[in-house]
Amino acid sequence: MFNSLANPARFMRLSGAAVPWLGGAAALLLAIGLCLALFVAPPDYQQGESVRIMFVHVPSAWMASFVYLFVAVASAVALVWRHPLAAVAAAAAAPVGAAFTFVCLVTGSLWGKPMWGTWWVWDARLTSVLVLFFLYLGYIALVNGFESAERGERAGAVLALVGVVNLPIIKFSVDWWNTLHQPASVFRAGGPTIDPSMLAPLLVMSVAFTLIFGWLLVVRMRAALNERKARALQLYAAPSRRAAAESPPAGSALGDVA
Amino acid sequence: MSAIAAYFAMGGYAGYVWPAYAVATIVIGGVSWQSRRRYRASAVLLDRAQRQAAARR
Repeated sequence: MFNSLANPARFMRLSGAAVPWLGGAAALLLAIGLCLALFVAPPDYQQGESVRIMFVHVPSAWMASFVYLFVAVASAVALVWRHPLAAVAAAAAAPVGAAFTFVCLVTGSLWGKPMWGTWWVWDARLTSVLVLFFLYLGYIALVNGFESAERGERAGAVLALVGVVNLPIIKFSVDWWNTLHQPASVFRAGGPTIDPSMLAPLLVMSVAFTLIFGWLLVVRMRAALNERKARALQLYAAPSRRAAAESPPAGSALGDVA
Repeated sequence: MSAIAAYFAMGGYAGYVWPAYAVATIVIGGVSWQSRRRYRASAVLLDRAQRQAAARR
């Protein structure tokens, strides 16, 4: 599958057909998920209605880590195999991951204030997710910070791979250190401890967020490939245009512009 | 208090629940809007570059 998509022209053709389906499915799942989260799910017996923050906080937290893993794997594929679309995919995914991480941090803060009595604590879970957010920002700055796109992508890929060490720290921070943050209640040994009436909306919202990511990834990759192709066409044209400017022949390409 | 007002009050947590949903909507909606705008701009850019290349041929 990855090899057949390696050709950017073929990727553009196939992804063009996929975009409306991905976007439509994401919108549908998001609508169902929001209805379940805001109307169907019961209030928590301890936390009351504030528990509804969970249905945006937890899916965005999962996406924050998942998208980072995606960026790291795509970066590795770009570095090792020079897959032509891997670097594009990594660069396209990172801002979406940063957005999910930001949502996770802000909604967590809004949930922490009524439940813990504080907006923020410098404990392991919160700090490691903040580090994840800065890793995203650093990656984005590196990828866009070089004159040559290839050098930027290479530098960003190295940072993305080094930063992977943060992912297990995030996951196990609630087990390794004392923290205000609750431990895992879905992906844990022995199965979820969360009630099905809350697990269902949580999972629907998570699928919706994953589809949003997939949709945005494809849209952003298509934009990057268009930009790249346009730049290549202009670079290819540049020498002949310079020659034309020095001695403009009648009916040259510049004729209608000048 | 009417049922609708009670719903929006979120059992006293309205000041936390609604801002959380608002931030998620604004941030994810904003990235979506920016991504689609970038795609449309890129399609215009490519179209122009291709027509210029065709005109030179």
